[in-house]
Amino acid sequence: MSLPTVAFVLGLLIIPLAVTSMAWQKIIIIACIFAFLALSFDFLAHFVGIVCLGGAFFTGVGGYISGLLNSAFGLPLVITIPIATIGGGVICTLFLLPCLPMRGIYFAIVSLMYPLLFARVIQALNIFGGTDGLPGLATFPNIWVELYLILPLILILTFGLRRLVNEDFGMVLRAIKDNDQAVKASNINITWFKMKAVFLAAAIGCFSGAYLTHLYGWVGISLFALDFSIFPIAATVVGGVGTLVGPVIGALILTLFSEMLREFGPLRVVFYSLILAGLVILNTGGLVPYLQRKYHQFERWIEI
Amino acid sequence: MNKDVILQVKGVSKSFGGVKAINHVSFDLLKGQILGIIGPNGSGKTTLVNLITGFVKADSGLIFSEGKKLIGLPPYKIAGLGIVRTFQIPRPYHSLSAMKNLVVPLYSSRIVRTIGGKLGDRDTVALDILEEVGFERDAHIPYKHASAFPEGFLKRLELARCLALRPHVIIMDELFSGLSVSEITAMIPIIEKLQMNGMTLIMVEHRVRELFQIAHRVMVMNFGEKIAEDVPDEIIKSEIVKQAYMGVT
Ligand SMILES: Nc1ncnc2c1ncn2[C@@H]1O[C@H](COP(=O)(O)OP(=O)(O)OP(=O)(O)O)[C@@H](O)[C@H]1O
Ligand SMILES: [Mg+2]
Repeated sequence: MSLPTVAFVLGLLIIPLAVTSMAWQKIIIIACIFAFLALSFDFLAHFVGIVCLGGAFFTGVGGYISGLLNSAFGLPLVITIPIATIGGGVICTLFLLPCLPMRGIYFAIVSLMYPLLFARVIQALNIFGGTDGLPGLATFPNIWVELYLILPLILILTFGLRRLVNEDFGMVLRAIKDNDQAVKASNINITWFKMKAVFLAAAIGCFSGAYLTHLYGWVGISLFALDFSIFPIAATVVGGVGTLVGPVIGALILTLFSEMLREFGPLRVVFYSLILAGLVILNTGGLVPYLQRKYHQFERWIEI
Repeated sequence: MNKDVILQVKGVSKSFGGVKAINHVSFDLLKGQILGIIGPNGSGKTTLVNLITGFVKADSGLIFSEGKKLIGLPPYKIAGLGIVRTFQIPRPYHSLSAMKNLVVPLYSSRIVRTIGGKLGDRDTVALDILEEVGFERDAHIPYKHASAFPEGFLKRLELARCLALRPHVIIMDELFSGLSVSEITAMIPIIEKLQMNGMTLIMVEHRVRELFQIAHRVMVMNFGEKIAEDVPDEIIKSEIVKQAYMGVT
């Protein structure tokens, strides 16, 4: 393992020990939830060429599946979370299937509309607890379990995805992004491959939603909130598109940062927006690519 | 039906809006032969390629290959039957190296369970194919990103992608355009070799002189219609072709 990889792994595992209060530890868990969503976004956007704003769709579907299984059948979270991950992934993929042949903005728009639609349906029909949601769901035994369940999973997912995009399957996905017509001409059913990629991204998002549900012991329509769609994109931009590690770091930085700005009250959003806009306008390319360049310079400097 | 016919096109038509891009075109492609297709710009050559390979749906007409109906099949299934095409404007995977570009066809359902897919040494298979189309094996070129390649290499990569699918029929849409005379001279033996190995080829070309050296038959298109089909020597003599294509009156 290279030095930066080791630093990333250790850093992630040590953060919870470095902060002083339980409130901050909770914030780290939320950051991890967003890291999952950011990974899901980065994977689809950079390696498959699908711009998916469905973060909120995924968290909502995942959250409600695990919430309902827990409240209706009393299933424990070790069962509800995996079912919500896989089952939610399947459901979301089926809903997104009709827009798979669409390109660019159309997929993005549809994926953004679903959470709004679902939240309204739940409200209007007053199903699944309606506006109040489903309270009193199972929670994790303690904060350490909450932390050290999700942190290693982030590492596994980050390195797992990195590996996947360099394997044959990942090569085909990247080829679809570069030139889908040529992939079609190569006896490959691109809809089938895109479907598998969307399932993977959706399952990751559904896991986040299910985790969040059991973190709060509650599920409600706020799991369909647009923050879950927008924030991961911001995290990806901050950390560096296409790096996978970057979105994770971006999610951590942004979550911690937005907490620190909390004392500024309403001005917080102003600061926050200014910094994001600045990053995009200055076209920094993201934190991780920047660090990579510096690190390579440093390595060369050592060699001399 | 003659069993030496590998591809049969019967009365195919296609309009885009008001433009009749292809108007009732029919021809037979004989197994093992090279069929040249020529015609002025916009005469419908690329549309014909798109119709055969499923990229464009025909308004009417029939296309058969060895008893199978091709019309209605999606492009990937037609490629799976061994009927493959190059694109007039090369379509490489820019973010992948030349070798990795071949991972895609080698991972296709047609190939994946054979040598070069999951069996055998795929890198060797990929390098062999690249070498066959004229990439130097020992140079670092096969490892370079496709985005760094000049036109000549991209055209070869198009052909390499087709060969990786171990096709029966290759349809080349202006493989020679954008290449220098010396590059074309180098390509001709490669194409002749494919034909000698039993492949059937359709070559859409503007480079008439080079095409007529290697084609067994030539078909001439004009305004979406087939205006002539014959052996190259007869096509050269034909008055119709001179008027329509060469612009000579
Ligand atoms: N997808 C499309 N949509 C609309 N019109 C099209 C489309 N494809 C082709 N055409 C039209 O059909 C006609 C035939 O075009 P085609 O590309 O087949 O010609 P071509 O013989 O390949 O020309 P060139 O030698 O320039 O490659 C042209 O008038 C073109 O504008
Ligand atoms: Mg053309």
